[in-house]
Amino acid sequence: MPYTCDLGGERHGFADLKAVLAAASPLRSGDELAGLAASSATQRVAARWVLADLPLKTFLTEAVAPYESDEVTRLIIDSHDPAAFAPIAHLTVGGFRDWLLSEAADEAALAAIARGVTPEMAAAVSKLMRNQDLIAVAKKIRVVTAFRTTIGLPGRLSTRLQPNHPADDPRGIAAAVLDGLLHGVGDAVIGVNPATDSVPAATTLIRMLDELREAYAIPTQTCVLTHVTNALTIMERGAPVDLVFQSIAGSEAANAGFGIDLAVLREAHAAAQALGRGTVGRNAMYFETGQGSALSANAHHGVDQQTMEARAYAVARAFDPLLVNTVVGFIGPEYLYDGKQIVRAGLEDHFCGKLLGLPMGCDVCYTNHAEADQDDMDSLMTLLTVAGCSFLICVPGSDDVMLSYQSLSNHDALYLRHVMGLRPAPEFEAWLEAVGIAAPDGTLRALADGASPFVRQIAETMA
Amino acid sequence: MSEVVPGELWARLRRTTPARIALGRIGNALPLGEVLDFQLAHARARDAVHAALDTAALEAALAPLPVLHVESDAPDRATYLRRPDLGRRLSDRSTALLAETGTRCDVCFVIGDGLSATGVQAGAARLLKACAAELGDLAIGPVVIARQARVALGDPIGEALGARVVVMIIGERPGLSVHDSLGIYLTFAPRPGRSDAERNCISNIHSAGGLSPEDAARTLGWLLREALRLQLSGVALKDDQTPALPAKDPSRA
Repeated sequence: MPYTCDLGGERHGFADLKAVLAAASPLRSGDELAGLAASSATQRVAARWVLADLPLKTFLTEAVAPYESDEVTRLIIDSHDPAAFAPIAHLTVGGFRDWLLSEAADEAALAAIARGVTPEMAAAVSKLMRNQDLIAVAKKIRVVTAFRTTIGLPGRLSTRLQPNHPADDPRGIAAAVLDGLLHGVGDAVIGVNPATDSVPAATTLIRMLDELREAYAIPTQTCVLTHVTNALTIMERGAPVDLVFQSIAGSEAANAGFGIDLAVLREAHAAAQALGRGTVGRNAMYFETGQGSALSANAHHGVDQQTMEARAYAVARAFDPLLVNTVVGFIGPEYLYDGKQIVRAGLEDHFCGKLLGLPMGCDVCYTNHAEADQDDMDSLMTLLTVAGCSFLICVPGSDDVMLSYQSLSNHDALYLRHVMGLRPAPEFEAWLEAVGIAAPDGTLRALADGASPFVRQIAETMA
Repeated sequence: MSEVVPGELWARLRRTTPARIALGRIGNALPLGEVLDFQLAHARARDAVHAALDTAALEAALAPLPVLHVESDAPDRATYLRRPDLGRRLSDRSTALLAETGTRCDVCFVIGDGLSATGVQAGAARLLKACAAELGDLAIGPVVIARQARVALGDPIGEALGARVVVMIIGERPGLSVHDSLGIYLTFAPRPGRSDAERNCISNIHSAGGLSPEDAARTLGWLLREALRLQLSGVALKDDQTPALPAKDPSRA
């Protein structure tokens, strides 16, 4: 056994790096499903001792998925920046944890090393960190991106307005957009998941959202979350695409399961850049991820689900995205069984994404077949906001009537901004005040207080 | 939000979507009535997840169509929820049953309980009959009712029955507003190992503002004929029923 640890007279051995990573991971159902979880709680701690003593450099020579047959591994290795890595090159994983928590690791130092950190290093160190460590380090990292709004500035919390409709009815979607705007939600993106993956339906929604945005001069970006190949067709046909969306995963085979590869993402990124529709920035990609996607496609290479998730972030950062979020509780109890596992995974994903330099947000969510409820979501959204999460996803009343799961509500965004004194993106904040939705102190106005002109204008449009 | 938007406008907007818009607020929080209504909907969805499919009643609703009964390798609901791999595999008994049957057909319909037996019980028979009516000229195999089924269980079933295309009608994960929604998954040349990118999906088929069975059946009919014509399914088969503009790049047309 190349990796061993003696604990209290008992020797624990691990066959390879993947086995150490998997056994060191906090318990979750997906790793149990894959047969990768630690065989006991004691073995889990033994794996963490092994990991703590492992040099970070190990991850540059030992790939968890084969370099020859996996283009995500090739991307990770070939794009590694030795100069950025230099300040931490001498550290073990345990030493890296200590450095991250030290005062030396300030905002500038953390930004400087981002391109020197591989996803496997980020995943490894996260396994040695308690929830409060994940929060404390993520809080120090600042990632700022921009399109028509600026995401990730200090003192800001942005939101995606997700106005989904079970039959893609444009009026129903517009009604949910109005509901969100009147709660001050939508500065990260107004993003619709279409019920049918159809080019004409997506094009109709893209035009409708763009007309709505133009009519009220709303400083935000819109997105219809259709497959990237659909977005390419739609852009060719001249429809007003702001952000190009795609679900991504941490291996070539898992991405093939999504019907994509790096080449098609490059093509879409170039096409979106060429449209040049951003006003304050040029970040034009939007990615979603989630632990368990590689295993569900049987494309995990025997690697634990949290490490595979971090590898998806290497795919994301190759395309300078405006937004990246983990859809943390969406995939179901076979990957994250209950509220405890979902909360932990949400904090890990946010930390790893930020450490790698991504504008990381979260869809704080759960499904009806998981052992979780609103109280768990209250905990996770509060913890993520303390951690400086860039944006959160909001749907009316927490109920996504198309995707059949529970995300955060528009009200939750009000709660978070209120208790932590946070504001939306500056461009959007100014608009909320200008049209009378919000008062200068950021609180929502009552009708008699001046919101009515905007609402009446909307009402006339929708009548 | 009732204090910022006139009530009659919200009443009109609420008719356009089943989404929980215009809930009002107490400070920044939801009113208590909305909180408890949400908890009731969550409780009902949880109950739908754990309900069992009454296969005899479903067979009666499908009459006079011939029916086969199979089950996956997941023996019970608790195992099914934690082990999706078992829900994609046929039990030994079911494998033997289908091997004996061994028909050849253009299309094989499978009705799987999925995550909402409640939805399958309520709507699968009507949806299947609407689909079959769109495909009158094709050879349709016996209807397979599958318990503890995941979408990919259609692959071994379709292969065993020699189907050119397998169509899985399955109960979708219950939401709060809708706990009886159905989805249709179409796979050309089914066999174990097909990836999700090789399937086409029509989702959200239900009576509470979703797709009607008739609309879903028409979409399926179009997709299925395209799949047979192009000899494939999945992302390469676009659901593009309006006339396409001439493509600039013929390789992507």
